[in-house]
Amino acid sequence: MAAAPSPADVAAPGSFTTVIGLEVHVQLQTATKLFCGCPTTFGAPPNTQVCPTCLGLPGSLPVMNRHAFDLAVRAALALECSIAPFTKWDRKNYFYPDLPKGYQISQFDLPFSSDGFLEVVDPKGAFSRRVGIIRVHLEEDAGKSMHDEAAGTADSRIDLNRAGTPLCEIVTQPDLRSPQEARAWLNELKLLLVYLGVSDCNMQEGSLRVDANVNLHIPRPDGSVAKTPIVEIKNMNSFRSVERALAYEAARQWEEWRATGRELGSAPKQTRGWDDPAGVTRGQRHKEESSDYRYFPEPDLVPVRVSADDLARARAAMGVPPAGLRHMLAERWGISAYDADVLVNQGRDLVAYFEELAGLVGEGKVASNWMQQDVLRTLNERGGTIDAFPVRPAALADIIGRIAAGDFDTSRGREIFAEVLASGRTVADVVASLGIAAVDDDALEALCRELVAANPKIVADVQGGKEQAAAGLIGQAKKKNPNVNPGKVRAKCLEIIRGL
Amino acid sequence: MPSDPLQLSAVEIVAAVRSGDLTATACTEAFLDRIARTNGTLNAFLCVDREGALARASDVDARRRAGRPLGPLAGLPVGVKDALCTADLPTTCASKMLAGYRPPYDAEVVARLRRADAVIVGKTNMDEFAMGGSNENSAFGPVANPWDTSRAPGGSSGGSAACVAADMAPVAIGSDTGGSIRQPAGLCGITGLKPTYGRVSRRGLVAFASSLDQIGPMARSAADCALTLEAIAGHDPGDSTSLTDAVPDYSRMLDKPLTGLRIGRVPEHFAAGLDPEVARGVEEAFAVFRELGATVHDVRLPHAHHGIPTYYLIAPCEASSNLARYDGAHYGHRAEPGGGHRAEPGKGHRAADGRDADATAAFESPLVEMYCRSRAEGFGPEVKRRIMLGTYALSAGYYDAYYAKALRVRRLIRQDYLDAFESVDLIGGPVSATAAFPLGEKTGDPLAMYLVDMYTVTANLAGVGGISFPCGFTAGGLPIGFQLQAPALAESLLLNATDRFQSLTDWHRRRPPLAV
Repeated sequence: MAAAPSPADVAAPGSFTTVIGLEVHVQLQTATKLFCGCPTTFGAPPNTQVCPTCLGLPGSLPVMNRHAFDLAVRAALALECSIAPFTKWDRKNYFYPDLPKGYQISQFDLPFSSDGFLEVVDPKGAFSRRVGIIRVHLEEDAGKSMHDEAAGTADSRIDLNRAGTPLCEIVTQPDLRSPQEARAWLNELKLLLVYLGVSDCNMQEGSLRVDANVNLHIPRPDGSVAKTPIVEIKNMNSFRSVERALAYEAARQWEEWRATGRELGSAPKQTRGWDDPAGVTRGQRHKEESSDYRYFPEPDLVPVRVSADDLARARAAMGVPPAGLRHMLAERWGISAYDADVLVNQGRDLVAYFEELAGLVGEGKVASNWMQQDVLRTLNERGGTIDAFPVRPAALADIIGRIAAGDFDTSRGREIFAEVLASGRTVADVVASLGIAAVDDDALEALCRELVAANPKIVADVQGGKEQAAAGLIGQAKKKNPNVNPGKVRAKCLEIIRGL
Repeated sequence: MPSDPLQLSAVEIVAAVRSGDLTATACTEAFLDRIARTNGTLNAFLCVDREGALARASDVDARRRAGRPLGPLAGLPVGVKDALCTADLPTTCASKMLAGYRPPYDAEVVARLRRADAVIVGKTNMDEFAMGGSNENSAFGPVANPWDTSRAPGGSSGGSAACVAADMAPVAIGSDTGGSIRQPAGLCGITGLKPTYGRVSRRGLVAFASSLDQIGPMARSAADCALTLEAIAGHDPGDSTSLTDAVPDYSRMLDKPLTGLRIGRVPEHFAAGLDPEVARGVEEAFAVFRELGATVHDVRLPHAHHGIPTYYLIAPCEASSNLARYDGAHYGHRAEPGGGHRAEPGKGHRAADGRDADATAAFESPLVEMYCRSRAEGFGPEVKRRIMLGTYALSAGYYDAYYAKALRVRRLIRQDYLDAFESVDLIGGPVSATAAFPLGEKTGDPLAMYLVDMYTVTANLAGVGGISFPCGFTAGGLPIGFQLQAPALAESLLLNATDRFQSLTDWHRRRPPLAV
């Protein structure tokens, strides 16, 4: 038997194509649940955010949370979906202890939206992919089962705080062609949904969950294409896991196909779970007959109508999506696509910070450099949000302006930035306390003449053609007066040496 | 002092309590005593709240003495079907599955009754989960018909009908999914109204078939039904299917003359199967309406004969889903792990399919075993039958042939009513094909039992209102019921026509010769 190919082999072009479709569940950012008034706060003690409706008690009835529906419409519009003018709810029937009613209220044959797309463009140009969205629908979440968590017992415990939380299910066409693309697309989806204020997409808290369908298309010498059986992968709890699981699964399918030649249609769809520590997918128990959820229209809810006004309101609430914002920033501030991508990927608040800064500085490129090299780096080190960042755009613009005016150089500017960050004082205050004052030309000339006179070896080197030796003079100048501008020192010293 | 409270109408009771001629306490005591004397015979109440009812009555009396405002039903004793949630009383739906279950909240109708200062005296017996037409499917024993205790009171609101007929309460609340208010009202000789779907909030009504269920009043007269409906009807933001239309002042429209009223008569109602005595009573009722100035016209409901098969697909489909929550995991009956009842070898539980539940071999998992055993033990045979019917009809491969087709026929039936109400204002006819039938007569024949709803299910399928009231008696002394059906939201017309009928007749004043 051939050795298992590594994911790198699998990615080799020409051998086969990896075909990936995703199913993403996103928890909507609402204060209350989809069909009752219970709060959706994460982390509350078990079974404290419940009422007769989300507990499924006898006689309880659901009432739709219109805000959740509006958020879902906003997301679907941003995904370029068509919004149905008339949509209804359906019951998906199955038994499980974390499903208190014995059915989930979902949408079956008339989802509120369908037929959209979301494009992902690699900023380095490695790929660009428009991924079709088959449908987006709304449904309620189930509760959470916790197995064997109580030491010494085999009991399962059920927490129904999550039961009834609004979920958007987004189903893509099988348009993705590599694990890397899948990860990048998920990042773009998450960014979009966070921009829209639709979801916080926090995977740790379960507000974004991904299942992936994957198979391989393998060209044969006769021009036909062999397709491997589709596998659904579950249990991936980060985008990195998605990428790794898909890469593993592609390699596994390649090997299996080479060993068995088994193709799509020869077996029912298989579900495999991702074992993250082990780095493998494992087959999950498979039932011979596929589940029959006995969907039928939910008689406790009335159909939902979406008017032109509703759509206009949802569009107005959308704002500019990330893709549009990247173009806008590049165009308005003359920054590179790559830089625009970095800024936009940090979220709407950081973009707002940048735009304020760039406006004050009057020069997008310089503002962008400071954002990338100083603001973002510091944010990454310190953590926290840009909103709480101590150096506000006006202060940073002040520093950049003083550098441009020649008051001090960039490295001195960074020291001031660090001091403002640490102390929270104003730029003017910090500049004064560091004794930074502009060095006038006479003082500069005097200092340079003094250094030239004291360093005959450097002077000789420069005269011998090694201009870079002047750097030694700059170092000494900064020791004597930290406020001197290194460029000016260099120019003045060279001028004096040439005149000797 | 006025006469015996048991002989007063609901309208008279609230007036007497308001004027001070009768205390709510005396009134409540009279009915509680009557319940105490008769319930052993009739089994109409599953639970009687003597203490709570007297406390409520005494509160009404105290407020009246203090000159504080009183609700429109102040001091009125009411029996509530055990399908409505009550926070202070068990709510069992007459099922072992919910034996002892106490909801944490009041149904909207119960809350409205309390706000109206009604005195809830107890919870009435019913067919398990409202599935049945004779009240013999109660896990807590059948109800006897007060007119002949060897006969069924009808169902599923049999306890509510019997308690009004036997003077155990002047008013009771029932629910009607396919006739469950009108049919027992007819068989017990009382007046029962099934309002338009959505007129009364379903919140807190334990669901049987959500798209058909509707709560309504059961009383001795149209006037008492009107008084009660005013208190319980109206939009509830907690029930998305409840209607927002304003609630008319039904009581003030009762005495409008019926001159020019057009009543439809469906010839098919008088085809084979209708008992001749019932047919005669119904025809005599039409004559009374003519006397009142109404005209009677033949109308067609061409798809009405599909009512029973349509109903027995849609209702079980919804029920199979509505009853999925009773799985033993969260509340209600739970089988002991490993089948605790095996400890009693002589008492093997019989599953609906006739096999012994104990004999059921390997379960997929302990969880599935718990589900299966809990449901096998907790549900009675009729409930199991309907869950299986519904589950089957919703299954992949059968959905289109059964459920989807039933929905299409339902639309045709609804259209029949719309068409008929183009030419008539109301449709009259029998409530059921026979008067009260003997207990046990139909229990071995589910299909015969399903046919008891043949004249009533179409109103539920169409979502329109219907009322049933006594229009005569058989030679054997059993009440004969007459049904009127109206376009959506025409409850005032139903009550008005019935009240006018009752102004000319005294069938509704007759009392059963109940030996207690």
